[in-house]
Amino acid sequence: MAHASHDDHAHGRPAGIVRWLTTTNHKDIGTMYLVFSLLMFLIGGAFAFVIRSELFQPGLQLVDPAFFNQMTTMHALVMVFGAVMPATVGLANWMIPMQIGAADMALPRMNLFSFWLLAFAFLLLLSTFLMPGGAPASGWTLYPPLVLQSGEAFPLAIFAIHLMGASSIMGAINVIVTIVNMRAPGMTLLKMPLFSWSWLITAYLLIAVMPVFAGAVTMLLTDYFFATSFFNAAGGGDPVLFQHVFWFFGHPEVYIMILPAFGIVSEIIPTFSRKPIFGYEAMVYAIASIAFLSFIVWAHHMFTVGMPLAGQLFFTLSTMLIAVPTGVKIFNWTATMWRGSVSFEPPMLFALAFLFLFTIGGFSGLMLAIVPADFQYHDTYFVVAHFHYVLVPGSVFGLMAAVYYWLPKWTGHMYDMRLAKWHFWLSAVFVNVLFFPQHFLGLAGMPRRIPDYAAQFADWNMVSSIGAFGFGLAQLLFVWLIIQCVRGGERATAGVWDWPHGLEWTVPSPAPYHTFGKSPEVH
Amino acid sequence: MKGENRVAAPVANPYDARAVSPLSLSLTSGALASIASLSARADWSLINMPKGVSELSREIHDMHMIMLWICVVIAFFTFGAMIVAMVRFRKSKGAVADQKFLHNARLEAAWTIVPVMILIAMAIPSVEKLVKIEDTSGSGLTIKVTGHQWYWQYEYLGSGVSFYSRLARDSDIARQKGSGVDPATVENYLLDVDKPLVVPTGVKIRMLLTANDVIHAWWVPDFGMKRDAIPGFINEMWISVDADKPGTYRGQCAELCGADHGFMPIVVIAKPKAEFDAWLGQQKTAAPAALAATE
Repeated sequence: MAHASHDDHAHGRPAGIVRWLTTTNHKDIGTMYLVFSLLMFLIGGAFAFVIRSELFQPGLQLVDPAFFNQMTTMHALVMVFGAVMPATVGLANWMIPMQIGAADMALPRMNLFSFWLLAFAFLLLLSTFLMPGGAPASGWTLYPPLVLQSGEAFPLAIFAIHLMGASSIMGAINVIVTIVNMRAPGMTLLKMPLFSWSWLITAYLLIAVMPVFAGAVTMLLTDYFFATSFFNAAGGGDPVLFQHVFWFFGHPEVYIMILPAFGIVSEIIPTFSRKPIFGYEAMVYAIASIAFLSFIVWAHHMFTVGMPLAGQLFFTLSTMLIAVPTGVKIFNWTATMWRGSVSFEPPMLFALAFLFLFTIGGFSGLMLAIVPADFQYHDTYFVVAHFHYVLVPGSVFGLMAAVYYWLPKWTGHMYDMRLAKWHFWLSAVFVNVLFFPQHFLGLAGMPRRIPDYAAQFADWNMVSSIGAFGFGLAQLLFVWLIIQCVRGGERATAGVWDWPHGLEWTVPSPAPYHTFGKSPEVH
Repeated sequence: MKGENRVAAPVANPYDARAVSPLSLSLTSGALASIASLSARADWSLINMPKGVSELSREIHDMHMIMLWICVVIAFFTFGAMIVAMVRFRKSKGAVADQKFLHNARLEAAWTIVPVMILIAMAIPSVEKLVKIEDTSGSGLTIKVTGHQWYWQYEYLGSGVSFYSRLARDSDIARQKGSGVDPATVENYLLDVDKPLVVPTGVKIRMLLTANDVIHAWWVPDFGMKRDAIPGFINEMWISVDADKPGTYRGQCAELCGADHGFMPIVVIAKPKAEFDAWLGQQKTAAPAALAATE
C-alpha cells in the first residue's frame, strides 16, 4: 500500500482545470467522455423536444419547416456522434484497463487528444446554428444533391465530421493496442470479459468504416467547392453512389453503437443472476459474426433507389442472416437467468428492459429486411420506430445500465436506489408510449421527416409526444442522481454487488487513480 | 397476488423491485385495454398497413401480416422464456444459482438452426413477388413523373399531355405558421392537390420516375409501391388499380427533399378505362391552353 501511494506521489497530478486539460489518466479521460456524452444527450434531447412539440398537433405552431429539418438532422448527429459513441468510449476508457488488468490505456496522450478533438468537433458543429442558412438540414444521412443546397454551415459540418472521425479512429486504435498488448498474465483472449470483447470488435469496425465516411463527405466537399461531379449526374456522377458509400459506413456504424451495449448487458445479467454467462464462446463468436455481416447488408437502407433484382435479394437475405447471431445472444442472455438466482437492482432492470425492447426492435428490423414489404415501410415512421427501439431502449438503456452498474466503482458511493428505480420505471413506460405508436403511424402512411401531417395521424402523434415529454423529464432524475452520487452517499465496498465477478471488483471503490501498478495474475 | 407479495416482502433484499410483477402486470393490462378499445372502433387503417387497391398492394399487405404474426409467435416464446426465467428463478423466492448450467450443445444448436429455417421460410415467398414487381413489361400506359422542389409533374407519354400538381391552396394557407386556420377545418389537409393525376383502372401502368433538383420519392400507400425519383436518372415501377375500385387515392413524397418536403402530396383519381380515355382526349385539346397558363 505504501508503495502504491509512493507511485501516486511520483505521478503527482495538478488540481482544478489544469488536471482535466492535461490528464493522461484513463479514468479522468473516461470521466470527461461520459460527462461530455451526458451533456450531448441533453442537447440532442432538447432538439427532440422541439420536434415532438411541433408534432404534438397538426399545423405549424412553433417552428418553420426549414428549422424543423435542422432539428431532425442535428438531433441525429448529436445523439449518434455526441451522445452514444462518446459514452461507449468513456466506458471503454474506464473499464477496459480495469477488466483486463492493465495500468492504463496503451496510448494515453493520443487518448487525451482524441477527447479534445471530439469536443472541438461539436463546438464547430453546434456553431452552425449561428451561420447564415442555419445548421445542416438534409438529414444526418447527408444525401446529395439535397445536402449541396446547405448554406455556410456546409464546410463546418464536414470538417466537424472529419474531426469526429479522426477522434473515433484514435480511440479505436487505442482500444486495440491496449487489449492486444496489455492484458494481465493469464488473461487469454477467451477469458476476457465480454464488454472488452465487444469493444475490441467495435474498434475494428470503427477503423474499417470511419475512413470510408470521411472519404464520402470529402467527395461532397469537392462537389460543393471544386465543381467535381462525384454525385452529380449532369457531370457523369451518380447521387446513389453516395448512398452506397454512406451506408457502407452507416450500417457498421449502427453496430458500433449497439455492440458495446451487448457487452454491457453480458456483464450485468450474469452478476444479477449470480452465475456466469451462458455460452461464453458462442457470445464472442456471435458478436464477431454480427460485425462481419454488418459489412454486407448496407443496401437494405436504400431498397427504393431502384436496384437490380439480384441485388435486392442478396441484401434481403444477408440482412435476415443477422437475426441468427443476434438470436443466439438473446437466447444466451435468457439462459443465463435460467436456473440462476435473479434479483432486480437498477442495472439489472435496465438490462432486462434492453432484452425485451431491443428484441422488439429486432422484430421490426426483420420485417424491414423483406424487400417487397419494405417498399411500403421505407422512409415512414415505421422505420423511425424501428431504429429508435434499437437505439433508445437498446443502446441508451444499455449505457444507463452500465452507469448504474459501475457508478459505485467510479465514485465510491452507492446511489439512491429508490430514485434509480423511479428513473427506470418512468423511462421504461414512457419510452414505449413515445415509440410504439410510431409503428402505427408509419404503417398508416405517415412519412418520416415531415413537420406537419394530415388529420388521420393526429391521435398517435399526440400520444407519442406525451411519451417524449415524460421520457425527457425522467432523464433529469438521472442527471440529479449522478450529481448526488458523485457528491456523497453510503460507502461502496470493493465488490459493490452481491456476486461480483471480474478484476474491476477486486480493486477498492472508488477505484484508485492508478490501478494495477503490479499486474494481477489471472487463473 | 397480494398474498404472494406479503410472503415475499420479509425475505426480499432492499434492492429488489418487490413491485415488479404487479406493476408490470397493470401496465400490460392497461396497454391491452387500450388496444382492445381501439379494435372496438375497428379502424385498423389508423394503425396498420392498408390492403390497398391493387394486386401488388394486397400481396405486400399479406406478406406484412404473415411476418407480423411470425414475429408475434416468436415473441410469445422468447418473451415467455424470459418472463418464466425472471419469475421462477428469483432470488427473493429463494432460488439458488446452478453454476454448472453454462453450456448445452443441443440447445445452442437448436436455437441457431431453427431461426435459420424460419428465416428461409420467410424469405422464399418474397422472391416470386419481387420478380413480379420488377417486371414492367406489358403495360398499357406510361406516365413520366418528375419531382420538383416542391411539386410533381406528370406527363402522359405519347399523348402530349403534361401538367403540374401542387399542394391545394386551402391546405397551403392553413399550413403557414401562425395562419390562424385550424387544420381540422380543411378537407384532406395536406393530402390534396390543385390538379390530381388521373389513371385508368384495370390497366398496368408503367411509371417512369425522375427529378429535376434533388431526390424525391413517389408513394401512394394504396398502390403498395414507392420508388425514388432521382435527378439525372430514370427509375421504373408499375402500378395497377383494380378494375372494380375506381376512386381517389392519396400519398406523399417519401424522401426528404428540403424545407417543404412535407407539402408535396400526391393525389390519384382512378377512373374506368372509358372515362379515362375521354378525360385524356379532353386534356389533349386543352393542353396548349393549360401549358400557356402555367408558363
